[in-house]
Amino acid sequence: MARRIRAAAAFAYDFVIGDDWRPAAGVAAALAITYGLSRAGIAAWWLVPAALVVLLPASLWRASRGR
Amino acid sequence: MGAGALFITVFIACAVEAVEATTIVLAAGTARDWRSASAGLLAALAVLAAVTAALGPAVTTLPLQALRLVVGALLLVFGLQWLRKAILRASGRKPLHDEDAIYRQQLAAARAAARRSARLVPDLYGFTLSFKGVLLEGLEVVFIALTFGGNARRVPLAAVAAACGVAVVALAGLAVRAPLARVPENAMKFAVGVMLTAFGTFWGAEGAGASWPGADAALLVIVPAVAAFALLLVAVTRRVPSASPAAAAERAAAASTEVS
Repeated sequence: MARRIRAAAAFAYDFVIGDDWRPAAGVAAALAITYGLSRAGIAAWWLVPAALVVLLPASLWRASRGR
Repeated sequence: MGAGALFITVFIACAVEAVEATTIVLAAGTARDWRSASAGLLAALAVLAAVTAALGPAVTTLPLQALRLVVGALLLVFGLQWLRKAILRASGRKPLHDEDAIYRQQLAAARAAARRSARLVPDLYGFTLSFKGVLLEGLEVVFIALTFGGNARRVPLAAVAAACGVAVVALAGLAVRAPLARVPENAMKFAVGVMLTAFGTFWGAEGAGASWPGADAALLVIVPAVAAFALLLVAVTRRVPSASPAAAAERAAAASTEVS
Protein backbone atom coordinates (compact mmCIF):
# COMPACT_ATOMS: atom_id res chain seq x y z
CA MET A 1 0.00 0.00 0.00
CA ALA A 2 2.77 2.43 1.01
CA ARG A 3 4.60 1.57 -2.21
CA ARG A 4 1.50 2.42 -4.27
CA ILE A 5 1.05 5.73 -2.46
CA ARG A 6 4.72 6.55 -3.10
CA ALA A 7 4.33 5.60 -6.77
CA ALA A 8 1.19 7.78 -7.10
CA ALA A 9 2.98 10.70 -5.42
CA ALA A 10 5.97 10.26 -7.74
CA PHE A 11 3.66 10.20 -10.76
CA ALA A 12 1.80 13.35 -9.60
CA TYR A 13 5.14 15.11 -9.01
CA ASP A 14 6.43 14.17 -12.45
CA PHE A 15 3.09 15.07 -14.10
CA VAL A 16 2.85 18.57 -12.63
CA ILE A 17 6.40 19.60 -11.67
CA GLY A 18 8.50 17.66 -14.20
CA ASP A 19 12.27 17.88 -14.58
CA ASP A 20 12.87 21.12 -12.70
CA TRP A 21 11.17 21.95 -9.38
CA ARG A 22 12.46 25.51 -9.23
CA PRO A 23 9.90 27.10 -11.61
CA ALA A 24 7.10 25.51 -9.56
CA ALA A 25 8.59 26.88 -6.33
CA GLY A 26 9.03 30.28 -7.98
CA VAL A 27 5.41 30.30 -9.18
CA ALA A 28 4.18 29.42 -5.68
CA ALA A 29 6.30 32.21 -4.16
CA ALA A 30 5.16 34.76 -6.79
CA LEU A 31 1.49 33.94 -6.20
CA ALA A 32 1.94 34.11 -2.41
CA ILE A 33 3.59 37.55 -2.68
CA THR A 34 0.87 38.68 -5.12
CA TYR A 35 -1.73 37.63 -2.56
CA GLY A 36 0.07 39.50 0.24
CA LEU A 37 0.46 42.70 -1.80
CA SER A 38 -3.15 42.58 -3.00
CA ARG A 39 -4.39 42.17 0.56
CA ALA A 40 -2.33 45.23 1.48
CA GLY A 41 -4.03 47.19 -1.30
CA ILE A 42 -0.94 47.37 -3.53
CA ALA A 43 -1.31 46.70 -7.29
CA ALA A 44 0.43 43.36 -7.87
CA TRP A 45 -0.66 42.20 -11.35
CA TRP A 46 2.89 42.69 -12.66
CA LEU A 47 4.51 40.29 -10.23
CA VAL A 48 3.67 36.94 -11.87
CA PRO A 49 4.81 38.13 -15.36
CA ALA A 50 7.99 39.49 -13.76
CA ALA A 51 8.58 36.12 -12.10
CA LEU A 52 8.19 34.38 -15.49
CA VAL A 53 10.83 36.64 -17.00
CA VAL A 54 13.27 35.29 -14.39
CA LEU A 55 12.08 31.69 -13.92
CA LEU A 56 11.87 30.52 -17.54
CA PRO A 57 15.34 31.71 -18.69
CA ALA A 58 16.88 30.38 -15.46
CA SER A 59 15.34 26.94 -16.04
CA LEU A 60 16.45 26.98 -19.69
CA TRP A 61 19.94 27.98 -18.67
CA ARG A 62 20.18 25.06 -16.25
CA ALA A 63 18.86 22.66 -18.92
CA SER A 64 21.30 24.02 -21.51
CA ARG A 65 24.20 23.59 -19.12
CA GLY A 66 23.09 20.05 -18.26
CA ARG A 67 22.33 20.79 -14.59
CA MET B 1 -12.53 33.99 -22.11
CA GLY B 2 -14.60 33.85 -25.30
CA ALA B 3 -16.23 30.62 -26.36
CA GLY B 4 -14.23 30.53 -29.62
CA ALA B 5 -10.86 31.03 -27.90
CA LEU B 6 -11.71 28.39 -25.30
CA PHE B 7 -12.75 25.89 -27.97
CA ILE B 8 -9.66 26.42 -30.14
CA THR B 9 -7.20 26.30 -27.21
CA VAL B 10 -8.66 23.11 -25.73
CA PHE B 11 -9.08 21.52 -29.18
CA ILE B 12 -5.42 22.05 -30.16
CA ALA B 13 -4.02 21.03 -26.77
CA CYS B 14 -6.08 17.84 -26.68
CA ALA B 15 -5.33 16.99 -30.33
CA VAL B 16 -1.58 17.12 -29.57
CA GLU B 17 -2.03 14.69 -26.68
CA ALA B 18 -4.18 12.44 -28.86
CA VAL B 19 -1.44 12.24 -31.51
CA GLU B 20 0.92 10.69 -28.94
CA ALA B 21 -1.72 8.29 -27.60
CA THR B 22 -2.66 7.23 -31.15
CA THR B 23 0.98 6.38 -31.94
CA ILE B 24 1.20 4.13 -28.88
CA VAL B 25 -2.10 2.34 -29.57
CA LEU B 26 -1.11 1.81 -33.22
CA ALA B 27 2.24 0.33 -32.14
CA ALA B 28 0.54 -1.95 -29.60
CA GLY B 29 -2.07 -3.10 -32.13
CA THR B 30 0.34 -3.60 -35.03
CA ALA B 31 3.14 -5.33 -33.15
CA ARG B 32 1.07 -7.34 -30.70
CA ASP B 33 -2.65 -7.86 -30.95
CA TRP B 34 -5.47 -5.47 -31.92
CA ARG B 35 -7.96 -7.03 -29.50
CA SER B 36 -5.63 -6.46 -26.52
CA ALA B 37 -4.70 -2.96 -27.67
CA SER B 38 -8.40 -2.07 -28.05
CA ALA B 39 -9.16 -3.52 -24.61
CA GLY B 40 -6.35 -1.37 -23.13
CA LEU B 41 -7.75 1.68 -24.90
CA LEU B 42 -11.28 1.03 -23.60
CA ALA B 43 -10.07 0.35 -20.05
CA ALA B 44 -8.09 3.61 -20.03
CA LEU B 45 -11.11 5.52 -21.37
CA ALA B 46 -13.23 4.03 -18.56
CA VAL B 47 -10.70 5.20 -15.93
CA LEU B 48 -10.56 8.66 -17.53
CA ALA B 49 -14.37 8.87 -17.55
CA ALA B 50 -14.40 8.00 -13.83
CA VAL B 51 -11.73 10.67 -13.10
CA THR B 52 -13.71 13.27 -15.08
CA ALA B 53 -16.97 12.32 -13.36
CA ALA B 54 -15.28 12.68 -9.95
CA LEU B 55 -13.38 15.92 -10.60
CA GLY B 56 -15.75 17.71 -13.00
CA PRO B 57 -18.52 18.55 -10.50
CA ALA B 58 -15.91 19.48 -7.85
CA VAL B 59 -14.32 21.99 -10.22
CA THR B 60 -17.64 23.67 -10.99
CA THR B 61 -18.68 24.00 -7.33
CA LEU B 62 -15.47 25.73 -6.11
CA PRO B 63 -15.67 29.52 -5.58
CA LEU B 64 -14.32 31.23 -8.70
CA GLN B 65 -11.43 33.04 -7.01
CA ALA B 66 -10.13 29.92 -5.23
CA LEU B 67 -10.52 27.96 -8.48
CA ARG B 68 -8.57 30.57 -10.41
CA LEU B 69 -5.75 30.56 -7.86
CA VAL B 70 -5.36 26.78 -7.76
CA VAL B 71 -5.94 26.21 -11.47
CA GLY B 72 -3.89 29.26 -12.47
CA ALA B 73 -0.94 27.98 -10.40
CA LEU B 74 -1.25 24.48 -11.91
CA LEU B 75 -1.57 25.80 -15.47
CA LEU B 76 1.40 28.07 -14.95
CA VAL B 77 3.62 25.28 -13.64
CA PHE B 78 2.39 22.90 -16.32
CA GLY B 79 2.70 25.56 -19.04
CA LEU B 80 6.25 26.44 -18.02
CA GLN B 81 7.15 22.76 -18.29
CA TRP B 82 5.70 22.59 -21.84
CA LEU B 83 7.25 25.88 -22.87
CA ARG B 84 10.65 24.93 -21.51
CA LYS B 85 10.65 21.68 -23.53
CA ALA B 86 9.28 23.45 -26.62
CA ILE B 87 11.99 26.15 -26.45
CA LEU B 88 14.71 23.51 -25.97
CA ARG B 89 13.37 21.62 -29.02
CA ALA B 90 13.03 24.74 -31.17
CA SER B 91 16.56 25.84 -30.29
CA GLY B 92 18.06 22.44 -31.10
CA ARG B 93 18.94 21.60 -27.46
CA LYS B 94 16.53 18.66 -27.41
CA PRO B 95 15.57 16.36 -30.30
CA LEU B 96 12.32 17.32 -32.03
CA HIS B 97 9.32 15.18 -31.23
CA ASP B 98 9.27 12.61 -34.04
CA GLU B 99 6.18 10.37 -34.13
CA ASP B 100 7.78 8.08 -36.75
CA ALA B 101 10.82 7.47 -34.53
CA ILE B 102 8.67 6.93 -31.44
CA TYR B 103 6.46 4.51 -33.39
CA ARG B 104 9.48 2.50 -34.58
CA GLN B 105 10.90 2.44 -31.04
CA GLN B 106 7.59 1.26 -29.53
CA LEU B 107 7.16 -1.30 -32.31
CA ALA B 108 10.63 -2.79 -31.74
CA ALA B 109 10.09 -2.99 -27.97
CA ALA B 110 6.63 -4.52 -28.41
CA ARG B 111 7.91 -7.17 -30.86
CA ALA B 112 10.74 -8.16 -28.53
CA ALA B 113 8.55 -8.62 -25.44
CA ALA B 114 7.39 -12.08 -24.36
CA ARG B 115 3.72 -13.02 -24.76
CA ARG B 116 1.57 -13.58 -21.66
CA SER B 117 -2.21 -13.80 -21.63
CA ALA B 118 -4.87 -13.27 -18.99
CA ARG B 119 -8.51 -14.37 -18.78
CA LEU B 120 -10.05 -11.60 -20.92
CA VAL B 121 -6.91 -10.30 -22.61
CA PRO B 122 -5.01 -12.42 -25.18
CA ASP B 123 -1.84 -10.34 -24.80
CA LEU B 124 -1.03 -8.55 -21.55
CA TYR B 125 1.87 -6.53 -23.02
CA GLY B 126 -0.30 -5.04 -25.79
CA PHE B 127 -3.05 -4.28 -23.28
CA THR B 128 -0.71 -2.60 -20.80
CA LEU B 129 1.14 -0.58 -23.46
CA SER B 130 -2.13 0.74 -24.88
CA PHE B 131 -3.70 1.31 -21.43
CA LYS B 132 -0.74 3.26 -20.04
CA GLY B 133 -0.28 5.37 -23.17
CA VAL B 134 -3.94 6.38 -23.38
CA LEU B 135 -4.24 6.94 -19.62
CA LEU B 136 -1.15 9.17 -19.36
CA GLU B 137 -1.97 11.31 -22.39
CA GLY B 138 -5.67 11.24 -21.50
CA LEU B 139 -5.00 12.62 -18.01
CA GLU B 140 -3.46 15.67 -19.67
CA VAL B 141 -6.57 16.00 -21.85
CA VAL B 142 -8.81 15.82 -18.77
CA PHE B 143 -6.60 18.30 -16.90
CA ILE B 144 -6.67 20.84 -19.74
CA ALA B 145 -10.41 20.51 -20.40
CA LEU B 146 -11.35 20.78 -16.72
CA THR B 147 -9.02 23.66 -15.87
CA PHE B 148 -9.87 25.78 -18.90
CA GLY B 149 -13.55 24.87 -18.81
CA GLY B 150 -13.85 25.36 -15.03
CA ASN B 151 -12.20 28.77 -15.07
CA ALA B 152 -14.33 29.99 -17.95
CA ARG B 153 -17.41 28.38 -16.31
CA ARG B 154 -17.89 26.47 -19.57
CA VAL B 155 -16.95 22.88 -18.76
CA PRO B 156 -19.38 21.33 -21.29
CA LEU B 157 -17.94 23.43 -24.14
CA ALA B 158 -14.37 22.51 -23.09
CA ALA B 159 -15.39 18.83 -22.92
CA VAL B 160 -16.83 19.01 -26.44
CA ALA B 161 -13.66 20.72 -27.73
CA ALA B 162 -11.50 18.03 -26.07
CA ALA B 163 -13.66 15.23 -27.49
CA CYS B 164 -13.52 16.78 -30.98
CA GLY B 165 -9.71 17.13 -30.81
CA VAL B 166 -9.29 13.51 -29.72
CA ALA B 167 -11.88 12.18 -32.20
CA VAL B 168 -10.35 13.97 -35.22
CA VAL B 169 -6.89 12.59 -34.43
CA ALA B 170 -8.14 9.08 -33.57
CA LEU B 171 -10.15 8.87 -36.82
CA ALA B 172 -7.17 10.11 -38.84
CA GLY B 173 -4.93 7.52 -37.14
CA LEU B 174 -7.48 4.78 -37.81
CA ALA B 175 -7.78 5.83 -41.46
CA VAL B 176 -4.06 5.88 -42.25
CA ARG B 177 -3.07 3.09 -39.80
CA ALA B 178 0.27 4.88 -39.32
CA PRO B 179 1.71 7.46 -36.90
CA LEU B 180 0.50 10.98 -37.68
CA ALA B 181 3.98 12.27 -38.45
CA ARG B 182 2.71 15.08 -40.70
CA VAL B 183 0.91 16.83 -37.85
CA PRO B 184 3.05 19.91 -36.96
CA GLU B 185 3.34 18.59 -33.43
CA ASN B 186 6.34 20.62 -32.28
CA ALA B 187 4.78 23.90 -33.40
CA MET B 188 1.50 22.91 -31.75
CA LYS B 189 3.26 22.04 -28.50
CA PHE B 190 4.97 25.43 -28.57
CA ALA B 191 1.60 27.18 -29.09
CA VAL B 192 -0.04 25.17 -26.33
CA GLY B 193 2.85 25.97 -23.95
CA VAL B 194 2.32 29.67 -24.68
CA MET B 195 -1.44 29.43 -24.07
CA LEU B 196 -1.11 27.43 -20.84
CA THR B 197 1.50 29.86 -19.49
CA ALA B 198 -0.46 32.96 -20.52
CA PHE B 199 -3.77 31.78 -19.08
CA GLY B 200 -2.02 30.45 -15.97
CA THR B 201 -0.46 33.89 -15.47
CA PHE B 202 -3.79 35.66 -15.90
CA TRP B 203 -5.91 33.37 -13.74
CA GLY B 204 -3.21 32.74 -11.11
CA ALA B 205 -2.64 36.45 -10.45
CA GLU B 206 -6.38 37.15 -10.50
CA GLY B 207 -7.01 34.27 -8.09
CA ALA B 208 -4.34 35.71 -5.77
CA GLY B 209 -6.30 38.95 -5.63
CA ALA B 210 -4.61 41.06 -8.33
CA SER B 211 -6.67 43.12 -10.77
CA TRP B 212 -5.40 43.20 -14.34
CA PRO B 213 -5.45 46.56 -16.12
CA GLY B 214 -8.22 46.25 -18.71
CA ALA B 215 -9.66 43.14 -16.99
CA ASP B 216 -10.14 40.26 -19.51
CA ALA B 217 -8.67 42.40 -22.33
CA ALA B 218 -5.27 42.01 -20.61
CA LEU B 219 -5.16 38.53 -22.16
CA LEU B 220 -4.84 40.18 -25.57
CA VAL B 221 -1.50 41.54 -24.36
CA ILE B 222 -0.37 38.59 -22.19
CA VAL B 223 -0.71 35.90 -24.90
CA PRO B 224 1.38 37.70 -27.57
CA ALA B 225 3.85 38.88 -24.90
CA VAL B 226 4.47 35.30 -23.69
CA ALA B 227 4.79 34.12 -27.32
CA ALA B 228 7.28 36.90 -28.15
CA PHE B 229 9.29 36.20 -25.00
CA ALA B 230 9.40 32.47 -25.79
CA LEU B 231 10.59 33.17 -29.36
CA LEU B 232 13.24 35.53 -27.98
CA LEU B 233 14.40 32.76 -25.64
CA VAL B 234 14.62 30.34 -28.60
CA ALA B 235 16.92 32.80 -30.39
CA VAL B 236 19.04 33.39 -27.27
CA THR B 237 19.26 29.68 -26.38
CA ARG B 238 20.49 28.92 -29.92
CA ARG B 239 23.38 31.34 -29.40
CA VAL B 240 24.42 30.12 -25.93
CA PRO B 241 27.31 27.65 -26.20
CA SER B 242 26.51 24.08 -25.15
CA ALA B 243 27.83 22.43 -22.01
CA SER B 244 30.70 19.93 -22.23
CA PRO B 245 30.39 17.32 -25.05
CA ALA B 246 30.01 14.53 -22.46
CA ALA B 247 27.10 16.30 -20.76
CA ALA B 248 25.50 17.06 -24.12
CA ALA B 249 25.80 13.40 -25.21
CA GLU B 250 24.31 12.28 -21.90
CA ARG B 251 21.36 14.68 -22.37
CA ALA B 252 20.82 13.54 -25.97
CA ALA B 253 20.77 9.89 -24.89
CA ALA B 254 18.26 10.65 -22.14
CA ALA B 255 16.09 12.67 -24.52
CA SER B 256 16.08 9.96 -27.18
CA THR B 257 14.47 7.51 -24.76
CA GLU B 258 11.80 9.98 -23.71
CA VAL B 259 8.41 9.36 -25.32
CA SER B 260 6.31 12.44 -24.49
